[in-house]
Amino acid sequence: MSATQPVYFDHAATTPMSASALAAMTQELSRTGNPSSLHGAGRRAHRVVEESRELLATAAGAHSSEVIFTSGGTESDNLAIKGLYWARTSDAPGRRRILCSTIEHHAVLDTVEWLAAHEGAEITWIDVDATGRIKLDQFAAEISRDPSSIALATLMWANNEVGTVQPVAEAVALAAPHGIPVHSDAVQAFTAVPVSFADSGLATLAISAHKIGGPVGIGALLVRRDIVLTAVQHGGGHERALRSGTLNTAAAAAFAAAAHDGVAHLAVEAERLAGLRDVLVSGVRAAVPDALLSGPDDAAHAGQRLPGNAHFTFPGCEGDSLLFVLDMLGVQSSTGSACTAGVPRPSHVLLAMGYSEEAARGAQRFTIGHTTTAQDVETLVAALPEAHARAKQAGMAARQSRIQTAGTGLSV
Amino acid sequence: MRVLAAMSGGVDSAVAAARAVDAGHDVVGVHLALSRMPGTLRTGSRGCCTVEDSNDAWRACDKLGIPYYVWDFSERFKEDVVDDFIAEYAAGRTPNPCMRCNERIKFAALLEKALALGFDAVCTGHYAKVVTDGEGNPELHRAADWAKDQSYVLGVLTGEQLAHSLFPLAETPSKAEVRAEAERRGLSVAKKPDSHDICFIPDGDTRGWLEERIELSEGEILDHEGNSVGSHPGANAFTVGQRKGLKIGRPAADGKPRFVLEIRPKENQVVVGPKDLLSVDRLRGIKISWAGQPLPQALAGERFECMVQVRAHADPVPATAWLEDAAGEGPAVVRELVVDVDEPLQGVSPGQTMVIYRGTRVLGQATIDTARSLAWDPASVS
Repeated sequence: MSATQPVYFDHAATTPMSASALAAMTQELSRTGNPSSLHGAGRRAHRVVEESRELLATAAGAHSSEVIFTSGGTESDNLAIKGLYWARTSDAPGRRRILCSTIEHHAVLDTVEWLAAHEGAEITWIDVDATGRIKLDQFAAEISRDPSSIALATLMWANNEVGTVQPVAEAVALAAPHGIPVHSDAVQAFTAVPVSFADSGLATLAISAHKIGGPVGIGALLVRRDIVLTAVQHGGGHERALRSGTLNTAAAAAFAAAAHDGVAHLAVEAERLAGLRDVLVSGVRAAVPDALLSGPDDAAHAGQRLPGNAHFTFPGCEGDSLLFVLDMLGVQSSTGSACTAGVPRPSHVLLAMGYSEEAARGAQRFTIGHTTTAQDVETLVAALPEAHARAKQAGMAARQSRIQTAGTGLSV
Repeated sequence: MRVLAAMSGGVDSAVAAARAVDAGHDVVGVHLALSRMPGTLRTGSRGCCTVEDSNDAWRACDKLGIPYYVWDFSERFKEDVVDDFIAEYAAGRTPNPCMRCNERIKFAALLEKALALGFDAVCTGHYAKVVTDGEGNPELHRAADWAKDQSYVLGVLTGEQLAHSLFPLAETPSKAEVRAEAERRGLSVAKKPDSHDICFIPDGDTRGWLEERIELSEGEILDHEGNSVGSHPGANAFTVGQRKGLKIGRPAADGKPRFVLEIRPKENQVVVGPKDLLSVDRLRGIKISWAGQPLPQALAGERFECMVQVRAHADPVPATAWLEDAAGEGPAVVRELVVDVDEPLQGVSPGQTMVIYRGTRVLGQATIDTARSLAWDPASVS
């Protein structure tokens, strides 16, 4: 039942390293030098880090001094949100509200909820519409209700599950007149759609290397020069004293190479991926007519969806059953939602979009990237009818048992 | 065969899965998430479905080179096993939750999902044997190692369930052998302690756990002659045969310890008496099932010789059994399995399962509805 060569449809989880990133990484790994050391080896490593910082800054439309290297997206989100909250409340203790969309990644959601549980933050949730896009009127109303009580607002650039690109510029425009800093998690958006930190007006922006063809274990937080953050991690005072810890020279070089390549090829690659994605979407719909596309449909909402994202719900199926059979058939996909100990839960994103728990359980996300070919999409579409039939059968079995049991107990 | 190996994270299921792989089956490992308390770590030999167990199962699958998944059955488990356990106790009965789990989760919900997804069988680390008779019907038998034999807790399985069950540890001479084999195979769970007690009551305090979940109200304790001898905090938390926790101030006339003889949830009464009155000669069981083909003699209404076992680790005793039709509610007729034991049994409670055997073969089971001594009629106490 297993295919010879599995096809990979989980680029949003992580994507293979690009050739240039791998070359930069391996070259640096063979050298030594702590960028903080003052001798020749240190200076050489320092130069690589700073060149990488500049390259990355250019790719993200930022100034090099605005780039703070971190271990990845989660750390960047933590630093931004806790750092902003603590700095803002230390200036004005009454400023405790955090405006947060209901579809944020757990790196943001759990950080915000932690601040509410332990640091006196008050969360103001901003809802989304059926396509997963935040309600700007609600965002505006919550700001004008009491702007001086707001510590920060946080809104992801594009959603990791259903791929909805958010109106970040509009949100910043609403917050800026009141001096409210806005953080954005752009982990899924960076190099997939144009992202310019300078143009965005954001206070902070989180990005991660391994989602764009770089290595796992490095990311960055872009921090506007006028923004004050309270550090989360203390030590040797690296990275403007915002993020202590020896800099990862090899990973920084690889991150920068991946970012440079990603942005250089963005226009062409986005068009190629969007084309493949559209073939995938129509192929899935043809293979399984009751499949429902989640998030924005290009026909009605052009450009509001990440080019590499396709997300469906399959009524009557459990997403994990579908994933299981597809995996057995050599197609690697995702249910899209976070797991604890491998146990799938209905996605908070789909629930926020108005799905019932039952509908949300039938979710399956297919994300494509730089290695995806038209052949891969054909393999997926070919495997789907059998996978869907089996998952649907399993879904029915879960509701109505056909196996003869002893029927013990009081209830029977 | 495509085999789904249910992996608890323990040594038995890991070795069972390894043997299934060796036998040439196409094996996938699945860990059942049965509780909604992720993040708990294991302490000692109690508890289950912890992150550690899940990781242990995962590492065993890595070692065996088979895929690994976690399937969530926590809702079904809560409804079919945990809630059932509470309801049975609330009704004054003593259920066996492991048997419910086998009946309804492992060899029903899990098996059903596995079959739907294209598997042929579910494999577990139970010590029991499935053999096929001349006509291809499955039979359930005791494992080679009677000390570890778990055929009792599987006695509730039907022919259909047995037909899709694989127990690779059936012929294993001992548990030590399984541990040694795990060690040889490099499985990290080789020395992991065995699980005991009820998995969803991690601290083993069944009484305390039940008291938090069953509405208890103070009631009367009667002795076997109908005298009021004290009060209890709630009849439902007691179990037949229980001696501790009665807290009867006044000693018995003969000075001997008293045991719970009967629980009457409707009257909220607990009946106590001397140990010899715990002896029962006749068991009547309902909810009968056959582990494969029913015994023709039984269906014909004839009496038949068998061995009966009333607890997982009890010794089987010789008995004579037969089927009887009894009056149910309204016009309904309830088929009962009546078992007369050759030697009296101690401390048998309604709700317990009696599994009947012939030699090593499991014939079937029934839930004990009444268990009585021919020397003492509970109806005399009021």
